[in-house]
Amino acid sequence: MTMRPDPTFHASPKLAMEAPPENFAYTLLLSPDFSKPDALAVIDAKPGSPTFSQIVHTVTMPNKGDEFHHFGWNACSSALSPLSGHAFLERRYLIIPGLRSSRIYIIDTKPDPTQARIHKIIEPEEVFKKTGYSRPHTIHCGPEGIYVSTLGGAGKDGTDGPPGIFIMDCETFEILGRWEIDRGPQKLHYDFWWNLPRDYMVSSEWGLPPQFENGIVPEDLLSNKYGHCLHFWDLRERRHVQTIDLGANHQMALEVRPAHDPIREHGFCGVVVDTTNLEGSIWTWWRENGKFHAEKTAVIPAEPAPKEQLPPLLQGFGAVPPLVTDIDLSMDDRFLYVACWGTGEMRQYDVTDPRKPKLAGSVHIGGIARRTPHSNGKAFAGGPQMVEISRDGKRVYWTNSLYSSWDNQFYPGGVPGAEVMANVGSNGGLELDKDYCVSFPEGYRAHQIRLEGGDCSTDSFCYPSVRI
Amino acid sequence: MGWPLAVSAGLMEKRPGALFAALWPLSAGHLAGTFLVLLPFALLLALAEWQRPIQVAASLLVIGFGVFRLLNRRHPRALARIRPSQLSLWSFAIAIAHGAGLMLVPIYLGLCQTLDMDAGHQAAGALIGANLGMAVLVAIVHVAAMVAAGGFLAWLVYRYLGLKLVARSWFNLDASWAVSLILVGAVALAFNLVSWH
Repeated sequence: MTMRPDPTFHASPKLAMEAPPENFAYTLLLSPDFSKPDALAVIDAKPGSPTFSQIVHTVTMPNKGDEFHHFGWNACSSALSPLSGHAFLERRYLIIPGLRSSRIYIIDTKPDPTQARIHKIIEPEEVFKKTGYSRPHTIHCGPEGIYVSTLGGAGKDGTDGPPGIFIMDCETFEILGRWEIDRGPQKLHYDFWWNLPRDYMVSSEWGLPPQFENGIVPEDLLSNKYGHCLHFWDLRERRHVQTIDLGANHQMALEVRPAHDPIREHGFCGVVVDTTNLEGSIWTWWRENGKFHAEKTAVIPAEPAPKEQLPPLLQGFGAVPPLVTDIDLSMDDRFLYVACWGTGEMRQYDVTDPRKPKLAGSVHIGGIARRTPHSNGKAFAGGPQMVEISRDGKRVYWTNSLYSSWDNQFYPGGVPGAEVMANVGSNGGLELDKDYCVSFPEGYRAHQIRLEGGDCSTDSFCYPSVRI
Repeated sequence: MGWPLAVSAGLMEKRPGALFAALWPLSAGHLAGTFLVLLPFALLLALAEWQRPIQVAASLLVIGFGVFRLLNRRHPRALARIRPSQLSLWSFAIAIAHGAGLMLVPIYLGLCQTLDMDAGHQAAGALIGANLGMAVLVAIVHVAAMVAAGGFLAWLVYRYLGLKLVARSWFNLDASWAVSLILVGAVALAFNLVSWH
C-alpha cells in the first residue's frame, strides 16, 4: 500500500513513452533438459554502465523442470483506471509461471532489482484445485487483479476440460478462481489482452498440452489440428461474444497485440504457419459497430533451402517456414515487430494504417538455414523469438528460444541462450546494437524479457494519448 | 468523486460535451447512494421518543464503519465488475462502499434535532414528511458541492493541466477518510451524550 500511485503507472501510452528509460531487463532462463532449476536473470540495460549487457543478479528457483516461458507484473498502469478508484498498488512483484510444472513463483523486485528474491511459491496442486486449469502462461494485470491464461485443462494431460483464464489477488497472490462465466465455444487457449475502457478482451489459440509438450506433432499440424481462431469477450461480464475463424490452414494464432491507445479499436495477431504454403502471416482485427472483424494484412513467405541444411522435420518441404512466433507493437501503435524464428529475421512493419502494414526495417540474425551471425561477429543460434520493445520505442530486445522440445526439432544443433538489442531509427529502420549481447550461463536458454518500469506488452491504459 | 471518469469520457469521445454529460449520471448515482443511506434514518426519526438512542446508534455505526475501513484496506475488486458505461451504478456503488452517505448521517440527524423541537406535538406522518424533505435537501446539497468541485477539477485536467495530473494528484486518502468517519461519529456521539445528560 502506497500513499501515491507508483511513478511507473501512466495514464496514457504517450506519458509512458515520455517516462525515464529502463535500466534493467528481466529475462527468464530455462534448463531445456530439466537438469538445473530455472532462473530469473536481471540484466543491466543502462547505457554507459560498466556492467552493461551483463547479468547482475540471478534468482534461482528451488525446483527443477518448471519450464519458464512468459511472465508479468502484479500491477501496471491499468491501476490508474478511473473506475478502480484505488491506484495504490506497486509494480513490484514478477509473476512467473512454470509452463510445464504449473507452479507459480512470485518474485519481489524491491528494494532493488539486483536484490530480487522469491516472495511466494504457489504449488501446482493449488492451481489445479482452485481453477481446474493447468499450464499457466500469459500474465496481465487488470481491473480484477492478476489474470493468468492457461494452456491446459484438468487431468494429467491437461485435456480434461478446456483451458482458460484464472484470476489472482494482486496483493496477497491468492488464486481466486476461473475468470470465464460463459466461455461459449472456446476450447483452446494461448494469449489474451484487452481494451479496458471499451471493455473487451481478445484471446487466441495454440494447442492442447499433448500437441506441444513433447514437441510439435507434424500429423496434427498437417491435418490443421492446432488452433486457428480468435475469441472476443465481454471483459466485465466475463462472457464470450464472438469467434473469428482465420481458416484451418492458418495454424497457431498466437500473440494478440491490441493498440495501446484505448481510443483505437484494432489490434494484431500473428499466425505461425499456413499449412498450404508454409507462409507466416499478420492479421489485423478491429471492431466496427459493435462487431469484430479480422483480415490477413501481411504475409511472410517461406525460404527454399537445400535438404542438408534442414532438420529432419523440414527436409520433406525443402524450405524454411518463417514461423511467426511472436509479435509486439510499439507504444505509439506505429511499428509492429514480427519475429520470424525459422528464417532468422526480425521484421519491423509500419502499421500507421493498421490494415496496410508496410515493411519498414529488418534485421537478419540466426535462422535454420541462414545462420546469420550477429553484426558484431558473434554466433547466434536459434532465431529471433520473444521480442520486447522499450516504452520510448527506441530499443527492441529479443531472445532466441521458442520452447524446449520445439527448439530441439527445429534447431537440433542446440539453442544456447542469447539476448540482443536493436536500435530503432527515428523514422523506422532497425540496426543491431554491437554492445548489447548477453551471455547466459552454460546449459540455459532464454525466453521472455520484461523491462524495468513496464514495456510494450505489459501495461494497459485507461486514457487516450490525444491532446485537446 | 468520479472526476477522472468525466475526464476519460471527454477524452475518449474527443469532445468537452461528453465530460459534462458524464457528470449527470455520476451525480444521480451518488445522490441515490447517499439518499438510500439517509432514508432509513428519516423514517426512524418518526419514533420521536427513541431519538436519542437512534442518534447514538447512528454515531456508533459511523465509527464502526470507519474502523472497518481502516482495518480492511484491500484492493476493491467488486467495483471492477461494473462496466465503464455504467457511470450511475458505479457512482451509486462507490458512494455506499466508501461510506459517503453514512458520513452525512450524524450531520443530518443534528439538523433534524433542531427541526423538530416540539416533535411530541406533531403527527408521525408530518414528521416523516419533514424528515424526508430534510434528507433530500442534505443529499442534494452534498452532491451539488461534490459535482461542482469534481467537475471543475475534471475540466481543469481535461482542458489545461493534462493527464499527468491524474496520477500525480492521486493521494491515498483511504486512511484519512476512515479516520474522518470515526471522528465525525465520535463528535456526534459526544454531542449526544452531553446534551442527553
